[in-house]
Amino acid sequence: MDQRAVERALARMARELVERGQGVEGLSLVGIHRRGVQLADRLADEIERAEEVRPPVGSLDITLYRDDLMAIGPRPVVGETRLPEGGINGRKVVIVDDVLYTGRTVRAALDELADFGRPSRIYLCVLVDRGGRELPIHADIVGRRIETAPNQRVEVLVPELDGRLAVELVGGAEPEAA
Amino acid sequence: MTRPLLLRGGRVIDPGRGLDEVLDVLLADGVVARIGRDLEAPEGADVRDAGGLVVAPGLIDVHVHLREPGGEHKETIATGARAAAAGGFTAVCAMPNTDPPVDDPAAVGFVRAAGARAGGARVYPTGAVSIGQAGERLAEIGEMVAAGAVAITDDGRPVSDAGLMRLALEYSRTFGIPVASHCEEKALSRGGSMNEGIVSTRLGLTGIPNAAEDVMIARDLILAELTGGRLHVQHVSTARGVAMIREARARGVAVTAEATPHHLTLTDEAVDGYDTNAKMNPPLRTAADVEAVRAGFADGTLDVLATDHAPHHYDEKEQAFDDAPFGIVGLETAFGLCMTELVEKGVLTLPELIRRMSTNPARAFGLPGGTLAEGTIADVSVLDPSAAWTVDPARFYSKSRNTPFAGRKLRGRAALTIVGGVVVYDVAAPPPRQPALERRHA
Amino acid sequence: MPSAPYLGKDLVGLEELDADQIRGILDTAEPFKEISERAIKKVPVLRGKTIVNLFFEPSTRTRISFEFAEKRLSADTVNVAASGSSVQKGETLVDTARNLEAMRIDMVVIRHGSSGAARFLGERIPSNVINAGDGRHEHPTQALLDMLTIRDHLGRLEGVRVCIVGDVLHSRVARSNIWGLTKLGAEVAVCGPPTLLPAGVEELGVRVFTRVEEAIEWAEVLNVLRLQLERMHAGYIPSLREYNRVFGITRERVERAPRDLLILHPGPMNRGVEIDSDVADGEHSVILDQVTNGVAVRMAVLYLLAGGAPDKAEVAKHGVE
Repeated sequence: MDQRAVERALARMARELVERGQGVEGLSLVGIHRRGVQLADRLADEIERAEEVRPPVGSLDITLYRDDLMAIGPRPVVGETRLPEGGINGRKVVIVDDVLYTGRTVRAALDELADFGRPSRIYLCVLVDRGGRELPIHADIVGRRIETAPNQRVEVLVPELDGRLAVELVGGAEPEAA
Repeated sequence: MTRPLLLRGGRVIDPGRGLDEVLDVLLADGVVARIGRDLEAPEGADVRDAGGLVVAPGLIDVHVHLREPGGEHKETIATGARAAAAGGFTAVCAMPNTDPPVDDPAAVGFVRAAGARAGGARVYPTGAVSIGQAGERLAEIGEMVAAGAVAITDDGRPVSDAGLMRLALEYSRTFGIPVASHCEEKALSRGGSMNEGIVSTRLGLTGIPNAAEDVMIARDLILAELTGGRLHVQHVSTARGVAMIREARARGVAVTAEATPHHLTLTDEAVDGYDTNAKMNPPLRTAADVEAVRAGFADGTLDVLATDHAPHHYDEKEQAFDDAPFGIVGLETAFGLCMTELVEKGVLTLPELIRRMSTNPARAFGLPGGTLAEGTIADVSVLDPSAAWTVDPARFYSKSRNTPFAGRKLRGRAALTIVGGVVVYDVAAPPPRQPALERRHA
Repeated sequence: MPSAPYLGKDLVGLEELDADQIRGILDTAEPFKEISERAIKKVPVLRGKTIVNLFFEPSTRTRISFEFAEKRLSADTVNVAASGSSVQKGETLVDTARNLEAMRIDMVVIRHGSSGAARFLGERIPSNVINAGDGRHEHPTQALLDMLTIRDHLGRLEGVRVCIVGDVLHSRVARSNIWGLTKLGAEVAVCGPPTLLPAGVEELGVRVFTRVEEAIEWAEVLNVLRLQLERMHAGYIPSLREYNRVFGITRERVERAPRDLLILHPGPMNRGVEIDSDVADGEHSVILDQVTNGVAVRMAVLYLLAGGAPDKAEVAKHGVE
């Protein structure tokens, strides 16, 4: 997906969000560290453009809730967690992430959110759903669904971190040599 | 009567007589019977080929702790005497800081009798300077000498009262024995556990400054000069200590002094990592001090090599550094260390090393031996100066394994240790060892 | 996924760590600060892990700080204090270690009166060992929280001039601060009566002041050490009153400083001895920030040590989005 394609997808996702949430009232966005944070900001921009109201945006680092934390070697760097203005209690919270794959990140995010409070409803919104789920997790709003092989990588690029906005599928067209 | 023993074709080194040539040595009736070329073996003689080996007057260690009575879990007189023999020593002087201390003739007699039964190196008792090593009143020095004590010392609990030290040096003159002094001013060492310096600062350990030793060496040298007594300074570790002894001897003070293998070869850096086997008193010092101790050993200022063999049970050493006791075993590594680190590196010659390990200690403590002159007791160390071996504490004859030299590759070890004409250690047919006492780790 | 630097199995001291590792701990502590501000102050990082706080010396502050850190990371903790335990009944450190090993403890936080005790323990058990103060050797987490506090307030550590004032000779806090601060590029000095300065301390790369006025003239940060009453009894100083007069951090001295000072104290304070109350409670004091940062730093250390060795890094790449 090139920049135009991503922008179009984000615009549609923003419309769907407002529709699902029956307006901007009570809606809060939480981006998952790292690229979910920039995508949540972009979605909030889109919503503001259309509705003239900007929903509060927060960020969530799920590292400390990972189910494989004790199995992996060196400790991952822990990023910032910042709740959206107004907190999450009684709000319609939208978890925003770049790629949905096994579902384990979302599981961790749900657990972490539960420790912060009790939203009235949680939506899951992802730019790319690449399949390959390992948990019963389902996205409510999806930018694009792609079929991928396990040895492929989906890379979401955002201007803040990568200098441009795009989605790229890396590697794996042919099976990699063992 | 034991069989005569003929040592054929060894390099015979007798520093006291300036002898260094390939000869045969015949030992018979407990004495050195003859030295010469192509000696005829008497009937029934045990003839050993000493080709490539060094035949020396028996090595003597005037400073060992055999822990009996009271510390038999660390060492006994018997295990210590066997460890000495395995290290090439034919005689050792047992320090009196046992529990109870050797401060009366009965205790001296006990050590002497246990030593005679041990079947290893000869064990000469030393007696305490003061009753109970308490530093207050002189022990019965004359009675102890009569019972066999060869020196007096409050080693480990140094005489802090200068007046008492003066009396000890004066009183001992009658008996012609030395007063051996562990020079440490306790008010300056102040409960320290290693050398005071950058390493102690880094490790957060209380330091013992050189001054704690120097102040006491100065005091004792002055008192020896005042009294005319014979002072033997134990385990010198500081550069200034060496310098003061050198200067005092030049002035005519009757002083002998020890260097230990560890103070000749290790610095306080060895303590890094809190190795309790590098904890000894006096502590390992800086490289400059080691250099000075080596120079003093080479020029004869420090005229006696002594190990300060100080066995400790593994439980006692396997503790936090501050809580572990001072001291390391040394009898079974001394000759190899000195050969490897001093003779092979050109600090002094092999005959000079033998002078400091045999001739000089015998003279300093008035002991028989120290020479191969015909008619003297047949205490002989046959040494293999080129044998390569690796220090493995599990193979020690000592009951204890506390050495910082484990794993060290050395050249030079005892081949045959002969006491009174009897072989007490033969590297080719070593006596059985006690199994090593070690903690099993999961 | 970026990784924080690997610290090794144990945290014994800052002497063994390099600048990247120390910076990694401080950076990791930042996100952990926020957890203590949450309504539910708990994350499941160490769920199912058992930690023993083994305190051979009495300590309230450090033990509680570690305990909060452990509990906020969901670990199960057991406190063992020396008084009344088998330790006082003559059990050796090595036997204590072997007992812990037999109980399959994951981590041990140890405070001990002998220098080297933490390392001794770490060499004998497979669990992670964290030094909470060993004799006069090191107290790494205290220095880390000191450094985090300085960085919070001044925005940097590089080039910052920090003077450690007081009984440096007996202080593990001083040693850990010297290692940590110098490795991160700060300029460090020590100041105290010469009887309480360790031999050769300048060889650690620090400046030495024997007059506190000169130290204050030079420094941006004062880390004021606790002066223990025993030092007077042992004769290192004639009296506490004289100590306060000659070396105490008083309001007059602070006001005469050529710049705003930041004042730290590892606690517990002897008010009126090494530091006066109006300084301890004054605008230059960041002593309570240190306490807050202590929990975050200890959480960071626990988090970082709980991971494995870097050779598992390859495993980490699989199954992670």
